Amino acid sequence: MAHHRLASPPAEDGLRKPVGRRRFLGYLIAAPTLVVAAELTRNQIFGAPEASAAALPSVPQTPEAYDLLDALRDAMRPTANLIRIEVGRDGTVSFALPRSDNGQGIVTSTQMIIAEEMDLDVDQVRVTLADARPELLFNQITGGSSTTFTTYTPIRVAAALARGRLLEAGAQLLAQDVRTVTSRKGLVLGAGGRSIPFGELAEKAASDTTRQVEVTLKAREKFSVIGKPHNKTDARDIVTGRKVFATDLQIPDALPTVICRAPDLNGTPDDVDNLDDVRSMPGVTDVEVVSTGVAVRARTFGQAIDAVNALQVSWNRGTVAGEDDESILRRVRAAELPMAVPAGVGRTIDRAFTFWTASNSSLETNCALADVRSDRAEIWGPMKNPIAAQGDIAKIVDLPISKVTVHVTQGGGSFGRKLFYDAALEAAECSKVFGKPVKLMWTRADDSRQGRVHPMSTSRVRAQVGADAVLSYEQRHTSVATQINPGLGEPVTAAAVKAPLGNLTLSESIFELTQVTPYEFGVSTRLLNEVDMRFNTSAMRNIYSPNVATARELMVDELAAAMGKDPYEFRREFLRGARLRGVLDAVAKEGRWGRSMKKGTAQGLGVHTEYKAATAALVEIDCRPETVDRPIREGVTGPRVTRVTFAVDVGLVVNPRGLEAQMMGGISDAIALILTSSLHLTDGHFVEASWDNYFYTRQWNTPPELNVVIVESDAPEPGGAGELGLSAACGAIANAYVRATGIVPEYFPINHKDPFPFEPKPTVPPIPESPTDGLDFTY
Amino acid sequence: MGTHTFTLNGERVTVDVEDDVRLLWVIRDMLGVTGPKYGCGINVCKACTSHINGKAFNPCSVPVGAISDDDEVTTIEGLADGDKLHPMQEAWLDRDVAQCGYCQPGQIMAAVAKVRQCQEEGRDLDDDAIEEIRNICRCGTYNRIREAIKAGAENM
Ligand code: FES
Ligand code: FES
Repeated sequence: MAHHRLASPPAEDGLRKPVGRRRFLGYLIAAPTLVVAAELTRNQIFGAPEASAAALPSVPQTPEAYDLLDALRDAMRPTANLIRIEVGRDGTVSFALPRSDNGQGIVTSTQMIIAEEMDLDVDQVRVTLADARPELLFNQITGGSSTTFTTYTPIRVAAALARGRLLEAGAQLLAQDVRTVTSRKGLVLGAGGRSIPFGELAEKAASDTTRQVEVTLKAREKFSVIGKPHNKTDARDIVTGRKVFATDLQIPDALPTVICRAPDLNGTPDDVDNLDDVRSMPGVTDVEVVSTGVAVRARTFGQAIDAVNALQVSWNRGTVAGEDDESILRRVRAAELPMAVPAGVGRTIDRAFTFWTASNSSLETNCALADVRSDRAEIWGPMKNPIAAQGDIAKIVDLPISKVTVHVTQGGGSFGRKLFYDAALEAAECSKVFGKPVKLMWTRADDSRQGRVHPMSTSRVRAQVGADAVLSYEQRHTSVATQINPGLGEPVTAAAVKAPLGNLTLSESIFELTQVTPYEFGVSTRLLNEVDMRFNTSAMRNIYSPNVATARELMVDELAAAMGKDPYEFRREFLRGARLRGVLDAVAKEGRWGRSMKKGTAQGLGVHTEYKAATAALVEIDCRPETVDRPIREGVTGPRVTRVTFAVDVGLVVNPRGLEAQMMGGISDAIALILTSSLHLTDGHFVEASWDNYFYTRQWNTPPELNVVIVESDAPEPGGAGELGLSAACGAIANAYVRATGIVPEYFPINHKDPFPFEPKPTVPPIPESPTDGLDFTY
Repeated sequence: MGTHTFTLNGERVTVDVEDDVRLLWVIRDMLGVTGPKYGCGINVCKACTSHINGKAFNPCSVPVGAISDDDEVTTIEGLADGDKLHPMQEAWLDRDVAQCGYCQPGQIMAAVAKVRQCQEEGRDLDDDAIEEIRNICRCGTYNRIREAIKAGAENM
């Protein structure tokens, strides 16, 4: 049979047009098989968007940035910034997600969204991670828990359009009225039990011109995939060891490469004594000085590490040479902004807290592969921000951007850190210097000592209390500056943010856009000041919120006490908005607020709103000596969070199972940040070089009971989840600790000044040697 | 440089490499079996956990020279019986444990060994036994790991 293309695009899908439903614009793309697209911006929606501000800040108002961007935008084909869904001849429905998945489950939720709109099974949808696409401008970064929020509608628009075209094509082929055909599991079903697979319609449904088409989306009442728990679609690959991370890639000749790094944070190499000796070590192929240290390429990582440790390097001092925790804290304190209400006017309560530096090292260390040739470069790595990486790499290897291909690999955890692409820059430099492909990996010690951190901060709170009201509430957050530079996703913007004061403006705007005091506390102000740009920093499941929320929720308990009220009743009375009261009530009920607790144990509450969502946590903690002093070899036990009840209202939930998983991860981080894990700066470097130095939550710290309650919501769109679990849990754990011990900590984590339960590793040689006695510890 | 022969996931393998290179790198960089992950190289994070002759061990801390001809090394890739997953892998799927998945090969291999150890010693697989497992999960999947170990143990 000769195949025909459809004569005209469907003006609208007649079967799905209830009155008043919002319609959207999608695109049919000229292609041999069906390709549909939608703009990855929210402004294609007819009428006013229902959700207000975007989860990410707007571009800094620098004319340079706008001028350049306008020029870039004008130079591009009008449909360049589209995301597309393609239907192949074999029936595959594929979509390249312009985001980075580091375990937060966005591939699965994207498959679910497409499956829903196209009446497919979830595993019939193939979602891959897109290479860097500079034309997407700000639309290819994965940060601020924004993925589902920003991609939900555009992906649905494209999927709905694809389904409409397939129905039309199927109806024509069956010679039936389009209103009588439906679809299920990748088949167009006609009257009389006849069916045609999508694959057979892929060409017929294709368009030979590119044009805009109106689409109507499936009504929420008809959802059968969205909102149902779904397991992660890459789970089988994970449990069989087949999931491929960057360092698992087998790129020809990309040999293991490790960099010998300075004892100081950000120290640089001056001179190397024994380059030639090290070059002749077993397995070693190349040794060269690069900007961040001395790079070694070898047959195995083990041999590269041995060679790194054998190097004799003289170093230039680092960026915080000679500094330590206390000296940095003095700088932060000196920058604290004053309160508006003077102390002692009426009844004022003042509290000040310090939050020590935390490591943002994920389990997969920084890594990237690079193959840089004279005329092109190819880079592979888990990058959440590949467009900016592409621009910076192009500069390093001295090639035009169009000659640099950046492949985004699945990442082994990120939490914000992989918005930075330090390893990709180094890999590119090493490959260029060696003239060979490299597989570059940071060691754990590198990642812990030289990697990105969540910066030290202080949060001061002053509240003025009346007889039965809080008259004013002021919070002053002061922090070592968090680098947000490449966070806006595109080389031009990245350059603009590097301009003087650019970062400050951006930080302040993010603070302003994300931080609210969700209580009716009269005159309420929150101000941020940042200092000292000499650390390698990043967001870690948020930048400010976990610390701001901990200080605020501790203060809320104090205010309740000052007014003689129960912490739950007090929050109920002063919280703003039904959604927050809803989640608070949910945890109070499910977690049995107020039940009697043994001495040395207690309950605590925390609430937080962000990412278009409301959360509350009720935790129980055990601070009795027999629990705190449990003997664990080279571990920190500390107070044990024994039970967590966490309620979340995040609007429309795409995948409740994935949402619960994200809350669980946030709670695990909260336990670490409040009770056990921090970095210690001493003499210009961080002490911690191992997971047995840096006490992230382990099984022995994990709450035996965890209950995540998803509160029904009629919000029409999904909020953000990746960072959402952390803040309320931090506040609740801190409050539970205070209620169990009667001690209000001045700093977090509470163990920061305890003696080290480990012997610090040397900084020279930089990598702790692998033991050889592994067979003595089998079980 | 020496020649080293052992059994990896049921197959005889031979490599020529210095005796002191740790087995993790032989497995990953020379034999291309990448299920065991690097997370520290010093027997702390347990991301590389695999089995030697049926017991859990950490190949990052064993020189290849210490492996003998008749040693059987099993990585996560060799845990399933062909297409039939091990009950612990099934439990992991059933509880949707993994997030990024980087730690999970090691977690599963540790869990299997811990269950076997408890069975052999006639101990309960209770919270105390699970808390002997030191494997890090930086995504914080610990609660689901606990559930999955208990569920997987039922079918082992
Ligand atoms: S890499 Fe082997 S225990 Fe960490
Ligand atoms: S799932 Fe990411 S480290 Fe465990």
